[in-house]
Amino acid sequence: MNVPNELLHRRDVVNELLRDRSDLLVVAGLGAPNWDISAAGDSPNNFPLWGAMGAAAMMGFGLAIAQPKRRVLVITGDGEMLMSLGALATIAVQNPANLTIAVLDNERFGETGMQKTHTAGGVDLAGIAAAAGFRTSRIVRTMAEVTEIRELAHHGNGPVFAQVKINPEALYFVLPPADGGILTTRFRQSVLGESSLYN
Amino acid sequence: MADPQKQEPARNEPVALPTWPDEVYRVLKDADVRQVGMVPDAGHSRLIRAFEADPQARVITLTTEEEGIAMLAGAWLGGERGVLLLQSSGVGNCINMLSLPMICRMPLLMLVTMRGEWGEFNPWQVPMGQGTRAVLEAMGVIVTRADEPHLVASTVSGAANLAFNTWRPAAVLIGQRVLGAKNFKELARK
Repeated sequence: MNVPNELLHRRDVVNELLRDRSDLLVVAGLGAPNWDISAAGDSPNNFPLWGAMGAAAMMGFGLAIAQPKRRVLVITGDGEMLMSLGALATIAVQNPANLTIAVLDNERFGETGMQKTHTAGGVDLAGIAAAAGFRTSRIVRTMAEVTEIRELAHHGNGPVFAQVKINPEALYFVLPPADGGILTTRFRQSVLGESSLYN
Repeated sequence: MADPQKQEPARNEPVALPTWPDEVYRVLKDADVRQVGMVPDAGHSRLIRAFEADPQARVITLTTEEEGIAMLAGAWLGGERGVLLLQSSGVGNCINMLSLPMICRMPLLMLVTMRGEWGEFNPWQVPMGQGTRAVLEAMGVIVTRADEPHLVASTVSGAANLAFNTWRPAAVLIGQRVLGAKNFKELARK
């Protein structure tokens, strides 16, 4: 099925990363990664961002150090990651073992008319993460490699960074709740229990 | 050339350091702050050292201030409280990211050391220093301010209660009068 050099499909990638997700916590960057994790099945353990471009990696990091016994997976786009390259330096220095960042890299700003991003111009995000000091950093081009990232995200020693090269396809939207209060409350209730509802 | 009017402090003479940062540390400990995100400022250095010596807290040096807003949003999702330490110039970097705690009804406590106001020497600090309160308030952050050392800790305490009990962003501006203004001309002579 995976012919070399054939670009991966983003929802196949996300479905594989989230397969048998157990108690995995997921933060998704704004735009298509939000719709992708929602297409894989909305969950209170998802935090899909609808704005705050550049937040995804650091939000996953703050969550990972607050919940060191849980696994945290950030799924975001190349444009969103490029907006916060400094976060890769911040996170690498802190070295969180339970954090994986997977960038779905279609080399485009998908929501705004498929304009090319810097990765289309050759910027090597995985190289930047490796140079910052991520324990593992890979460019991923096959589903077999996606499965390896899934294993690392669920069981491996992080921090892990994956730049997953994907097809620049525009897919139908699958929308999670848009109300930030609902997203926050249901996430905290799921992770922290009923007591989180009481101040 | 040496200025005979100027008294250099003797090298071993103990310098009276302000103690309000120690009071702020106690207030933040009482608020159960665990994550301390910061882009350093001289005015925060004593507080930063206190947290660095604290095994129950984690000091995270950021490359830019808005990283801290995203980080503390993640901390809140995971049940931890934090604080963001920054200088007034860094407030400008935070503007769009302030959407996150606002729209998600999350607490955010920011302690902002002011530049570009009382006694400022560097003209480049003035635009953002003068814009700091307006920027924060435009994004819905509740702003309080301390201009005397003995009022800083109680102001921080009030802002922490507001942030963590009513789930919204709150900032304390620590006035340049509290911190003392730098004079680069004096520094340049040495």
